[in-house]
Amino acid sequence: MIAIRTESELDLIRQGGEILRDCFRLIEEMLRLGVTTGKLDRVAEEFIRSREAAPAFKGYQGYPASICTSVNEQVVHGIPGPRKLRDGDIIGIDIGVLYEEFYADASRTYTIGEVDEEAERLIGVTREALELAIDKARPGNHLSDISHVIQTQAEKYGYQVVRALVGHGIGRRMHEEPQIPNFGPPGRGPILKPGMVLALEPMVNAGTYEVHALKDNWTVVTVDGRLSAHFEDTVAVTEDAPRIMTR
Amino acid sequence: MAKQKGIPVEGTVIEALPNAMFRVELENKHVVLAHVSGKMRMHFIRILPGDRVALELSPYDLSRGRITYRYK
Repeated sequence: MIAIRTESELDLIRQGGEILRDCFRLIEEMLRLGVTTGKLDRVAEEFIRSREAAPAFKGYQGYPASICTSVNEQVVHGIPGPRKLRDGDIIGIDIGVLYEEFYADASRTYTIGEVDEEAERLIGVTREALELAIDKARPGNHLSDISHVIQTQAEKYGYQVVRALVGHGIGRRMHEEPQIPNFGPPGRGPILKPGMVLALEPMVNAGTYEVHALKDNWTVVTVDGRLSAHFEDTVAVTEDAPRIMTR
Repeated sequence: MAKQKGIPVEGTVIEALPNAMFRVELENKHVVLAHVSGKMRMHFIRILPGDRVALELSPYDLSRGRITYRYK
């Protein structure tokens, strides 16, 4: 069962989303050479708590930090720590908040200093894949229409989408039904209805789609060591245009 | 935060272990250790050796799974 949210529930998710949006603005100002990922984590946690929300990832299945910082070949779930950002790095930052019993979840990939053209292009293609995916979050479409448009966009540029991780429904829990793969044929799966809230999150690899987890059991990296980019927004299906809760 | 995609498989429970864990033999004869999904615990669905179950394997550790359904 995919939950259908009332207007007042959607409003709470949107308020959580606004906290996320403001948190990203704060983080963006700090992204420069030499800053540690641990510092970003501490600032984000403090900010989220100052807005009377909680960092949703902290303690989630034992996750040790408030945000995920995934640098270069790290796909998602990188754990913040002493690592310093260096010229030419790309960093995916994933943040979740719990506000008034509802979750919101978003991710952005940023460049540090001068990155090569290939990295810029990968990030651009992934960001565009999220836009195309959001546009499919309309009543009457099938869930896999979202999956299909993400895969098509990524492969058009010779990239591959990660298979082992998926987007998800979100609301009273961070991960709810349905699972939303970033690949597959169109026209499959449940039909979207107003009130469904989905965390759409293309993860696009420059090389192979294969990934594995590091020994910390969290950090997911590409097996070929090539770059990966990740964008995510929490989106509500409505009667009219998709409502992006996290911008 | 992305969700780990579960790999759906089916199997037969061969042994009930403490802590609501079960040893399950999959159709390909592999034996995995599985726990019961929270929703099934909530609805007090009993699982006994011999039951056929649906489970999801972790994409990272194919020797562990989560039982999501017990067939009648």
